[in-house]
Amino acid sequence: MQHVSPVREPLVTGGKTYHDITQDVCRQVEAKPNIRWMAALSVALFFLGIFFYSVYRTLWYGIGEWGLNKTVGWAWDITNFVWWVGIGHAGTLISAVLLLFRQKWRSSINRAAEAMTIFAVICAAMFPVLHMGRPWLAYWVFPFQNTFGSLWVNFNSPLLWDVFAISTYFSVSLVFWYIGLIPDFATIRDRAKGPIAKRAYALLSFGWKGSAKAWSRYETVSLILAGVATPLVLSVHTIVSMDFATSVVPGWHTTIFPPYFVAGAIFSGFAMVLTLMLITRVVFKLEDYITIEHIALMNKIMMITGSIVGVAYITEFFIAWYSQVEFEQYAFINRATGPYWWAYASMMTCNVITPQLVWFRRIRYSIPATFILSIIVNIGMWFERFVIIVTSLHRDYLPSSWVMFSPTWVDIGIYVGTLGLFFTLFLLFAKFFPVVNMAEVKTILKYGVDNGPTYTGHHGHAHQVAPAHQPVAPAIPASAPVNYNKHD
Amino acid sequence: MAVANEWEQGDVVKITANGTSIELPVLIQPGQAKGSVSIAVGYGRELAGKVGSKVGANAYPLATVRGNSLQYNGIATLEKTDAKSPIAQTQTHHTVMDRKPVVQEATLAEYIKNPKEVTEYDKIATPDGLEKPNKVSLWQDYEYKNHHWGMVIDLNSCIGCGACVIGCQVENNIAVVGKQEVINRREMHWLRIDRYYSSDTTKEDFAEKGKLDTYAAMEDPSENPSVIFEPMLCQHCNHAPCETVCPVLATTHSSEGLNQMTYNRCVGTRYCANNCPYKVRRFNWFSYYTNEKFEAVNGHMFTDLGRMVLNPDVTVRARGVMEKCSFCVQRIQLAKLEAKKERRRPVDGEVVTACAQSCPTQAIIFGDLRDPNSRVSQVTRREDGERGFHVLDAINVQPNITYLTKIRNVEPNKELTV
Repeated sequence: MQHVSPVREPLVTGGKTYHDITQDVCRQVEAKPNIRWMAALSVALFFLGIFFYSVYRTLWYGIGEWGLNKTVGWAWDITNFVWWVGIGHAGTLISAVLLLFRQKWRSSINRAAEAMTIFAVICAAMFPVLHMGRPWLAYWVFPFQNTFGSLWVNFNSPLLWDVFAISTYFSVSLVFWYIGLIPDFATIRDRAKGPIAKRAYALLSFGWKGSAKAWSRYETVSLILAGVATPLVLSVHTIVSMDFATSVVPGWHTTIFPPYFVAGAIFSGFAMVLTLMLITRVVFKLEDYITIEHIALMNKIMMITGSIVGVAYITEFFIAWYSQVEFEQYAFINRATGPYWWAYASMMTCNVITPQLVWFRRIRYSIPATFILSIIVNIGMWFERFVIIVTSLHRDYLPSSWVMFSPTWVDIGIYVGTLGLFFTLFLLFAKFFPVVNMAEVKTILKYGVDNGPTYTGHHGHAHQVAPAHQPVAPAIPASAPVNYNKHD
Repeated sequence: MAVANEWEQGDVVKITANGTSIELPVLIQPGQAKGSVSIAVGYGRELAGKVGSKVGANAYPLATVRGNSLQYNGIATLEKTDAKSPIAQTQTHHTVMDRKPVVQEATLAEYIKNPKEVTEYDKIATPDGLEKPNKVSLWQDYEYKNHHWGMVIDLNSCIGCGACVIGCQVENNIAVVGKQEVINRREMHWLRIDRYYSSDTTKEDFAEKGKLDTYAAMEDPSENPSVIFEPMLCQHCNHAPCETVCPVLATTHSSEGLNQMTYNRCVGTRYCANNCPYKVRRFNWFSYYTNEKFEAVNGHMFTDLGRMVLNPDVTVRARGVMEKCSFCVQRIQLAKLEAKKERRRPVDGEVVTACAQSCPTQAIIFGDLRDPNSRVSQVTRREDGERGFHVLDAINVQPNITYLTKIRNVEPNKELTV
């Protein structure tokens, strides 16, 4: 039996062996899709259908299909954009920042979290394009050589910074995620039986051989990409917040926005990671990899960032009072007590009060409570963006233009449609890609475990010969990681 | 009356008089004499074409004809029906929330006492003491070498008739969007008349009532309010917040001080409209000249014959682009070209915008601020420090439009009593 360290909690529970990890993760990929997955995919595809129909209405008839008006020029579109971009941030934080800080517990959740990042950014990217009056000219926001004369883009515009921020973020995240996938694709390729699977995974794994040189390069690239991605965790939402912070609209023109948005992004991102992980670990029986400790740790991050966000909300009010600017003060009074008070109240309840429940150990370690909490936080963060965007715009400087905003079914359709898009992509990922980074999890298997596991499932020292009654010990696959565990 | 009968805005009421009855929705107005309703005549026409027929109800049958005159003195009864008919209004918030930087007024007595004190000017703190907002700026100023177009709007002269709005609409081929789109708050007017009713509550009540209650009370107009009209259009800011935020440079500053909109470069992010403190930018939510939904209201843009009424010097805007007041740039260009042909500079009064041209009280003066003898320059100079002010001066967008404070000939601090 394994000897478990009395000091350090193991990061993988259940006495797994290297082979078990391969088995547990590859099982989903190799088995026929199960009925629950099919059902979930059908629901996701249904919502994706709603997305396409709503997008068709928008593109064919115009933005007038939405509820926007002369005063409120952005509402659900940019709310959804900021919400989705924010959600992506947790993936990057887990994969990059926690890698640099050598938080080994990240290994079993980083793959799915990064996938979430990429899919969330894809959903987010729908909105800046769709919200344009003439989306077929969206490429004009790129600074490219053109025949329009010397027409160039406006480097003063935060929307242009957004273009750079989001495209950089998406490319770096995609590359980082894909590099991590290569050794695992190779594992699946080596095990694949069908000719199509063999071909497909061979192609996806870029001919990975698993040589020491390749592993060394893999680690170096991971580190470099983590270094590149880390500033993005801070910069992307900073730039998104500048869409608002650099404007003259009371309630938007706020210097606190960059840190406040970054904290909010990580907050909502971890909530979404929790929502997804809690489902994934049950559906794919990965409880030993995504453990209750993971959930508790993510809960703590959620609580800290939620508290930062709470402080930011209160600071905004303080500054509005302190500034003695009439318009600024009214914007915040209107936010809390005006016609959209309910949105503000939802935001405060969901984002400031509920995360504080995590102080209770019992809630932090409770799966149903965490699940509910994560959903509440996601709702709250959506309302945060709605409150910032709509309640600031609907009553700004000239009372003559004050209006109310109400969404049409197309607004709602596009939003729930992106949820459909997101879950379609995530379910396809979960079925055809390894949801847990096998190679990296194998390196942390010994963490806190003495007298470590073996490749074959036999307990004991690695140099021991396999017992005779096992027909043939499975060959060590090319993709098996060299044990780099520098702790030992 | 509406309160007493528990009528709400848009409730349909049946009016019976003279043996016939009509049904009309209720529009609650402050200042309506107690126990009375007003009905506008001239609606409910039968043969007025696509746009005019069957709009509203004809109130004439309620009156009787005696001899050669209409008599309106029959007995009328009113009863509420269950129907609702939403009323399309371009402005639904009726008070100015005591925002001095938005619109200013004073009394004649105050003006006679000291004309330098009728307008409150925003000042910002600098190391050298309180200064005008434009003394401190992040941006470099534009240099206008040839012309610098500007406007003065005298709130004293404005009677709120709306002729400028229609003049602008006709000149600039502005789409008619119909009732539903006005309810959706998407009218396309480049120029509008903001109308503010006075409120009984001011900021002076903060100490007594608290801010929350005061602000809530400010939303209600007085029982018998005074009214101020403020024509509002693109202010052609010299430090325009719309220009900095457009990602594709579709809205830029001209060398003559115009804030200009390049329709065919616009991709329609609407960021400019959000960042416009005056909310004067208008977006083409639909294709108003091809979408069949608008054929009934904007029919003239749909047929060859109808299009003959359009101004050939102004583009009809496509779906998905932003538009706004251009200071009638087509007229500016025309006048400049005419002058150039005659080898002279345009003279003052040669360029007149459609709004200035249609104003019956000459409340709007347009001209070249670079020409010290133009009327607009003279008025701006004379009124500087007296009645001249820029709307929202403190945010330092430096508009090219100067408003002149309204001076009311009333006894100070005395309300009109009914």
